[in-house]
Amino acid sequence: MKGRGLALYALAAYAFLHVPLLILAIFSVNSSRFAVWQGFSLQWYRAVADDSNLIESSLNSLIIAIAATAVATVLGTLAAYGLWKRASSWLSGSLYLSLVTPEIVTGVSLLALFQWTFRFLHLRLGMHTVILAHVGFSLAYVVVVVLARLRNFDRSLEEAALDLGATEFETFWRVTLPYLGPAIAAAAMLAFTVSIDDYVITSLVAGVDSQTLPMVIYAMARRGVNPALNAVSTLIVFGLGVLVLLSERLRRA
Amino acid sequence: MAVTMLAPLAIILVYSFLTRGAYGGVEPPSTIENYMRLRDPVYAAIIFRSLWIAAVATALCLILGFPLALFIARSGNRKNLYLGLVILPFWTSFLIRTYAWMFILRDTGIVNSVLQSLGVIREPLPLLYNNGAVILGLVYGFLPFMVLPLYATLERLDPSLLEAAADLGARPRDTLVRVILPLCAPGIRAGAILTFVPCLGTYLTSDLLGGSKTVLIGNLVQNQFTASRDWPFGAALSLALMAIAIGVLFTVRRRGEELL
Amino acid sequence: MASETVLELRQVSKAFATHRAVADVSLQIPRGAFFSLLGPSGCGKTTILRMIAGFENPTSGEVWLNGECINALPPYQRNVNTVFQGYALFPHLTVQGNVEFGLRHKKGSDDINRVNDVLKQVRLEGKSSRRPSELSGGERQRVALARAIVLQPDVLLLDEPLSALDPQLRKQVRSELRDLQRRLGVTFLFVTHDQEEALSMSDQIAVMNSGSLEQVGTPREIYAQPRSRFVADFLGAMNWIDGIGVRPEAVTITTQGRKAFVIGVTYLGSFCRIEMKLESGETFAAQAPPGSSYTTGQAVCFTWNREDEIHL
Repeated sequence: MKGRGLALYALAAYAFLHVPLLILAIFSVNSSRFAVWQGFSLQWYRAVADDSNLIESSLNSLIIAIAATAVATVLGTLAAYGLWKRASSWLSGSLYLSLVTPEIVTGVSLLALFQWTFRFLHLRLGMHTVILAHVGFSLAYVVVVVLARLRNFDRSLEEAALDLGATEFETFWRVTLPYLGPAIAAAAMLAFTVSIDDYVITSLVAGVDSQTLPMVIYAMARRGVNPALNAVSTLIVFGLGVLVLLSERLRRA
Repeated sequence: MAVTMLAPLAIILVYSFLTRGAYGGVEPPSTIENYMRLRDPVYAAIIFRSLWIAAVATALCLILGFPLALFIARSGNRKNLYLGLVILPFWTSFLIRTYAWMFILRDTGIVNSVLQSLGVIREPLPLLYNNGAVILGLVYGFLPFMVLPLYATLERLDPSLLEAAADLGARPRDTLVRVILPLCAPGIRAGAILTFVPCLGTYLTSDLLGGSKTVLIGNLVQNQFTASRDWPFGAALSLALMAIAIGVLFTVRRRGEELL
Repeated sequence: MASETVLELRQVSKAFATHRAVADVSLQIPRGAFFSLLGPSGCGKTTILRMIAGFENPTSGEVWLNGECINALPPYQRNVNTVFQGYALFPHLTVQGNVEFGLRHKKGSDDINRVNDVLKQVRLEGKSSRRPSELSGGERQRVALARAIVLQPDVLLLDEPLSALDPQLRKQVRSELRDLQRRLGVTFLFVTHDQEEALSMSDQIAVMNSGSLEQVGTPREIYAQPRSRFVADFLGAMNWIDGIGVRPEAVTITTQGRKAFVIGVTYLGSFCRIEMKLESGETFAAQAPPGSSYTTGQAVCFTWNREDEIHL
């Protein structure tokens, strides 16, 4: 049958997907600035460690990601639970909408929203707006993951708890939430990953004084050949890769 | 709990502000002039280019992704491994994956260095900063978006249907065309939507890989909100983009099919 | 005087990684017969069916169809068709589309007429534009039948086709299937674990156990002259005493005979089953008319006819 041909094709497809990143990793330890192999060297990694701009923006990204993830996970879980208990076309409609909206539109509209409300509140763009924006777009991802797990949940377990005397809140806390544990953890990691990597929306709503890692990377990429970028990229890809693996493990638990 | 249910609604709320922006925003007088400007051939060209690139990228994703999804669905107990290998790169920084192609395709990049050192070419090939590079970057970025729904549909396929087809005399290729493809249609539609819409509104890919020659809707919008400071026009563009996206959605979706 | 053999299995075995599903089975199936493969789950009967259809390859042995060895042929080149246990109807095609499916690969002269004919045979005319999801279980089964019959296979393979139907429907479909087979003259190879089904429908039955063939014969032969304890017990209830077997329905409770006392009476509608205990401690079952009134502890005598004994 098609067995062997298909397998060969799959191999080629996987190569296509993974080789570009491997190339980055390989050249991150290349001693030359150019795409010609000249010898093994860790100098670019040292350059990364010395770059205060990079370090500071990484820290910013981390803070934003952690804060946004925390909020998005809590709100998203509650929203998913609400949606599961009482299907609301408003909720699922807006969920669908936010998943289908192109990033640029989300970013631009959030910017407009902030500008408009801040006129009254006399606030400016900064880390807090970035965090809010990140919560805004990660919410949908969290809801999707948690909802998927809820769909497999046996409703009669909740009914049993109620029957045995637990209040609705107790039931959620002691029966449903533990069941959702792995999914919530996975959703959190997903939200974290999405937040750390976001460029488009962040660049629009960040103020002048808050730089995130993706913004710095973007500037470096635009400016031209900078081998330190390879080192940064390899680090990030590796780190996020591990995170995603953990997330998948948890989701299947 | 009712309160928290409103959170995603904030996103919808945001769009109502967009409308105001289109009719005024920075400048109070409301006008539909911004929408009229869309008729300008320059902008029309940009819109068509975006549609064209998104369509080609989606088609390529479908053609390249289907055999891959088929392979994974047939791989027995290694399914999760192979699926994971597809998902993994996708979740590690879209920005960096786009940069990777910059690194590979640029004048001083791998492809050109290798070709030059082998003596195949003398001058570096301008592989970057054109439509082709953008399409490549889009396919690279969104292939997993196509593979996942395709795989989901293929996996749910009842194997006894395939046996029945063979039993009734269909060769493997016939089975593919007459049984597998029709039953995969929902997955194909879902994958097409999930790929086409983001491709249409892409910003990063066209910016980094397309340079100033390839301006797409996404870039144009971003421009209005930063350098050009023409928010109302930018808002009109965004709504136009949304309208196209929703239009595509409604044309391709069938009643009762759930994306989530 | 055997009629021509249309399908033959020659010492066919099938071993999987974990167990041996079929062990050295040889079978000859006469053309035009309603032939059943009977046995408990896991005895290998479905595996045999799949090897005939071409979905599994025998580890050893050969399958011969119409005088040709078909071991090397893929399913779509064998002139056998299967009615799957779950029916495997194509959900995206109508009844008409399903039944027509295989005709595209066979040179058919009157395709449209053939389809309509077959639909009439299974009493589905008028439903040809429905989708499988709009049909009842019984109707779906008939579509699966029609789809296979229309291709006029040498042998029609049926994999427990009645197991998904409710008991009432099952009885009705049994006789319909039997009539259909007689009318068409197609050889049916019918797999089931229900001995009543096999007995009521078949011209010949092959009883299987744990991958091996226990006995082949007509329903009467197998029921009245089982050649092993397994076959005897599988085909119906049995009493064993002193190495001799007697079926409960052959046991009569009378005034003279062996002595026992009643330990249980079960009313089953059309008859009563009387459980008895002998002085020697063994239990024996007999059948009595539904109106009889035996009580627990009652002393009775029972006997049976010599011809009804089963000696192994």
